[in-house]
Amino acid sequence: MKADAESILEVRDLVKHFPLTQGIVVKRQIGAIKAVDGVSFDLHRGETLGIVGESGCGKSTLAKLLMALERPTSGSVRIRGKDITAARGAELKRMRRNIQMVMQDPYTSLNPRMTVGDIVGEPFEIHPDVAPKGDRRRRVQELLEVVGLNPDHINRYPHQFSGGQRQRIGIARGLALQPEIIICDEPVSALDVSIQAQVMNLLERLQDEFDLSYIFIAHDLSVVRHISDRVAVMYLGKIVELGSDSEIYDTPTHPYTQALLSAVPVPDPEGRETRQRIILQGDPPSPANPPSGCHFRTRCWKAQDICAEQRPALEVRPGSAHPSACHFAEVRDVVNAK
Amino acid sequence: MTEVLSEQVGRGSHGGALLEVDNLHVEFRTRAGVAKAVNGVTYSVDAGETLAVLGESGSGKSVTAQTIMGILDMPPGKITGGEIRFRGVDLLKLPEDQRRKIRGEGISMVFQDALSALNPVFPVGWQIAEMFRTHRGTSRAEAKKKAIELMDRVRIPAAKDRVNDFPHQFSGGMRQRIMIAMAIALDPEILIADEPTTALDVTVQAQIMGLLAELQRDSNMGLILITHDLGVVADVADKIAVMYGGRIVEHATVHDLYKSPAHPYSKGLLESIPRVDHKGKELYAIKGLPPNLLEMPTGCAFHPRCPYRRDNCVTDVPPLYTISGTRGSACHYWREVIDEG
Repeated sequence: MKADAESILEVRDLVKHFPLTQGIVVKRQIGAIKAVDGVSFDLHRGETLGIVGESGCGKSTLAKLLMALERPTSGSVRIRGKDITAARGAELKRMRRNIQMVMQDPYTSLNPRMTVGDIVGEPFEIHPDVAPKGDRRRRVQELLEVVGLNPDHINRYPHQFSGGQRQRIGIARGLALQPEIIICDEPVSALDVSIQAQVMNLLERLQDEFDLSYIFIAHDLSVVRHISDRVAVMYLGKIVELGSDSEIYDTPTHPYTQALLSAVPVPDPEGRETRQRIILQGDPPSPANPPSGCHFRTRCWKAQDICAEQRPALEVRPGSAHPSACHFAEVRDVVNAK
Repeated sequence: MTEVLSEQVGRGSHGGALLEVDNLHVEFRTRAGVAKAVNGVTYSVDAGETLAVLGESGSGKSVTAQTIMGILDMPPGKITGGEIRFRGVDLLKLPEDQRRKIRGEGISMVFQDALSALNPVFPVGWQIAEMFRTHRGTSRAEAKKKAIELMDRVRIPAAKDRVNDFPHQFSGGMRQRIMIAMAIALDPEILIADEPTTALDVTVQAQIMGLLAELQRDSNMGLILITHDLGVVADVADKIAVMYGGRIVEHATVHDLYKSPAHPYSKGLLESIPRVDHKGKELYAIKGLPPNLLEMPTGCAFHPRCPYRRDNCVTDVPPLYTISGTRGSACHYWREVIDEG
């Protein structure tokens, strides 16, 4: 745990609403998809913050907001004290150097017409002051070596590589500008099981080597637990629980976290007949029209009148040391994702 | 059951299991060469039993399933050997019109990606009802009524109001339920589920797996679950067949396999699962890459990645050694692998 380290990324009350419009000639706004709806957290140096949640909970929109690929409706993202959401032009370009991204799908996130050398070297074209022109080829080869690829393959095209190798190319590109923060959006979910472990090990090694901070977005809870120092659980645009990995996995207090963890199949057949499961009914509600009060109440077995009236804040509640956004937060034994 | 089959063999009169795949070989003729996708796969499943077929992409697990269903694209695919016996009858020798009867009534399949497997331009109820209309000649009104019953059975809320909705109006989990409703419409004896929950969230995955287990219990279906998720397998399977490079490299009961794998590949897979006590340490990773089907390694297909490799692994293809009545491993050194646990 590196909780006492300086925080290099501060996210405060981040909100992103996508407008829903009606009409072709005269567009009227009839509502909004509340993709990210008031998210706050800190990321410390050298730390990995895992973000888990179902599809549609706003994980990927959050990643785009952090990269300033989307403008937030309100709120701030401070990288080393500077707000990237307010930055424009040259300043934004300079700030982006410090925060890079590894995409989910290595099959579509690499341009098939560019060689590996061009792909990994492209960041240098955009930020020419990082590497002088004559030096770039050597830098790219170094990067390939760092991620475990053969530097002689610099002139090959993406289709000549396997999925795991392509993901390594994506990681090399993310490292090119020597960022402090890397956002990994489902970096291993498109890979085969035997290759996932290779890429996870690479990410951990690079973190130690370059003192990187990761935002690790994934839906595979056991993968997130393995790599994360802290974990945030998102539901319908909000963080519902935030804590260290053992706080979230061993003593979750939010019913959604408990249900999510108990839904993960345990890779061990022993005792499967007696295993207790919380099976949530239905699908998450639409983020265009979330329930009043607590967003989770429509699927929650603890819901009472107060849940429909008052929105529970993400705060530390009696009986546990980490913040949870539930009126009735309490530790409950669940079968964990081991 | 179909008349065709009951004429040829009475129920249970043959000796073997309900469905037996025996030494199946399938290859694809491509411009780059011959890709041997399935190289002698043998497995069987009985009524009420769940067989999990575990393997990575390219291991041949889906091609085997497509061959069983008779929906393999030929060409480029070509079945070069083996038998698929359903109630003792070799399906590969049956003419197409008889196979058609078995499809849906005898053996049925749930596909991975429900959005692309369903027809986007027809209402879901119409698509489910189609099963009754084409196979049973049921009238339109009657078929629609049955479709609603089925949608209720797979627990789609307000089935009556949603029967005329189109696939895109449903969520991923609901679409998968519709696929399941179509698959079980004619009470098949074998259900093949090809990665039925891979595209879904864990909470929805739990719902769908629960539904499949319940339907299986109710009608005593044999279930072939094709997946790469070791967690799902541990939860529902009775027995497991692990595939690698188009072959079964290990088959065992679920408890045996998780307790003491007998093939280095299954062992590596189990060890690469992130576990609590491994936190902060390096994950065990099977080195190297899955084999290229166009240029299979000589000898054992796994030898370039195997920590147990000896010289003869490079030259001799290991047969599927019998370890016990329910267990086999295609590794020359399976004893060592088991002993190291």
